[in-house]
Amino acid sequence: MAVIEAKGLCLDFPYYHIGARSLKKRLMGKSRLHTDPSNRIVVTALRNLTFRIGTGDRVALVGPNGAGKTTLLRTLAGVYEPVAGSLTVTGQIGALIDVAAGMDTESTGRENVRLRGLYRGLDDAACDRLAEEVAEFAGLGDFFDVPIRTYSAGMGVRLAFAMATAMQPQVLLMDEWFLAGDAAFMAKAEERLARLVGGADIMVVATHDFAVVRRWCNRAIRLEGGVILADGPVEDVLGGLEATA
Amino acid sequence: MLDQTAAPIPAYHVDAADPQRLRKALEDLRLGVSRWRLASSLAWLDIRNRYRGSVLGPFWLTLSTGAMLLGLGLLYSALFQMSLREYLPHLAVSLVIWNAISQMVNDATTSLTSSEGIIRQLPLPYTVHALRCVMRNGIIAAHNFPLILVIFLICGHLPGPEALLAIPGFLLIAINSVAVALFLGMVCARFRDIGPIVGSTMQLAFFLTPILWKPRLLGHWEAWMPLNPFYAILETVRGPLVEGGGPPLAWLAAVLYTLATVTIAAAFFVRFRGRVAFWV
Repeated sequence: MAVIEAKGLCLDFPYYHIGARSLKKRLMGKSRLHTDPSNRIVVTALRNLTFRIGTGDRVALVGPNGAGKTTLLRTLAGVYEPVAGSLTVTGQIGALIDVAAGMDTESTGRENVRLRGLYRGLDDAACDRLAEEVAEFAGLGDFFDVPIRTYSAGMGVRLAFAMATAMQPQVLLMDEWFLAGDAAFMAKAEERLARLVGGADIMVVATHDFAVVRRWCNRAIRLEGGVILADGPVEDVLGGLEATA
Repeated sequence: MLDQTAAPIPAYHVDAADPQRLRKALEDLRLGVSRWRLASSLAWLDIRNRYRGSVLGPFWLTLSTGAMLLGLGLLYSALFQMSLREYLPHLAVSLVIWNAISQMVNDATTSLTSSEGIIRQLPLPYTVHALRCVMRNGIIAAHNFPLILVIFLICGHLPGPEALLAIPGFLLIAINSVAVALFLGMVCARFRDIGPIVGSTMQLAFFLTPILWKPRLLGHWEAWMPLNPFYAILETVRGPLVEGGGPPLAWLAAVLYTLATVTIAAAFFVRFRGRVAFWV
């Protein structure tokens, strides 16, 4: 049974490169300027979030840009460690946040799939099976064995999508790109995506698109400025959001 | 669709009030080492991409090191008034090992920042990135090793069984490399000024370390050489291959320096591992 449980989750996102990053400033700051002792610019990305997501929940994270949606996804995926509070995620996590990350443009499609398999901790046999699976869905033909640097944009998307959706996680974390691809491709991707979402115990998707929310989700969490403003059934949350807009 | 059964993290738990930093750091190390296949695939990929389209590939490095050996060998054997047969084996081992160390250290400064995309997408053990960096540089360095053999054959310098002592020497270098890749990778992600500082330090160290010159040219200052960590580490490989076994003091110093590097790197890793994703 997959569960996500957050209690008082807080995350500060430090912006080191704005002024505070250089060693010089750090050293000078301590000896002369007597600025703030830690001397960093911090953005509170998530503030005191408490929620529980259980099996069967299809959760949409909604809110304006900078609300903390993607940061929350990354925190759930285990990329960022919270500065306060606790988080427990039970179940295999599959994060589709930035699928292009880790792709090597000089390698062929097949090599990239194998690499992705290795990243996910698969053994050789499983990597081969993964490559077959992806090749079949992406339908790249001979291009599957050509460096992906030569791919057209559409082929790149097809490969990335096929690769990202080839493995069935229990906890599916997605950024909206996946559910709001271009129409022609979505027609083909639709069934596969539905299977992926259906096969997952939990889905959390960050999105701006209300159509996506209504279509795929049964629960919505509205974030703003790193705080949960509303959490409940889709229509309740979206209704509140549209009323304030 | 494939079940993601082999994924490494079945349950993920963090609690800021009880960070369990040591346990997580050890877990990172263990998982990272167990996934050496990923690290080595990535290392080979890096090398292939770096030398893409080049005919000789990493053998360009062999060629340029060879040319450097020849040029420097002729010049410095004349300057130091040593015979080529005596000077060249020393220079060959020193230069090849130094190149490996120096490239390793310089590359370590970007071991984590160069994988920024992956770090922010997949919670991979950071040890994997460090191992990737070490393997990449190890493979490149290995392209230079035949030069040592060639020079030894040309000069008729054949070390005895004590040459086997070079193996623990290489092991020390490898241990230091992993520690440095983790430590510098983290520090340089946080403070972007450290990278250039490391670069110029290594350049200075090249001249302060007996690579072009032999330690005995220092006269009574030779006793102070073990204070230079690069000398100590270098000597654990050069001693067995060239001098018939390194001085015990150099070995002792090398082991102590290694312990120090590992301790510092481990302490830093345990304490700040959780912050790396924010730094890169």
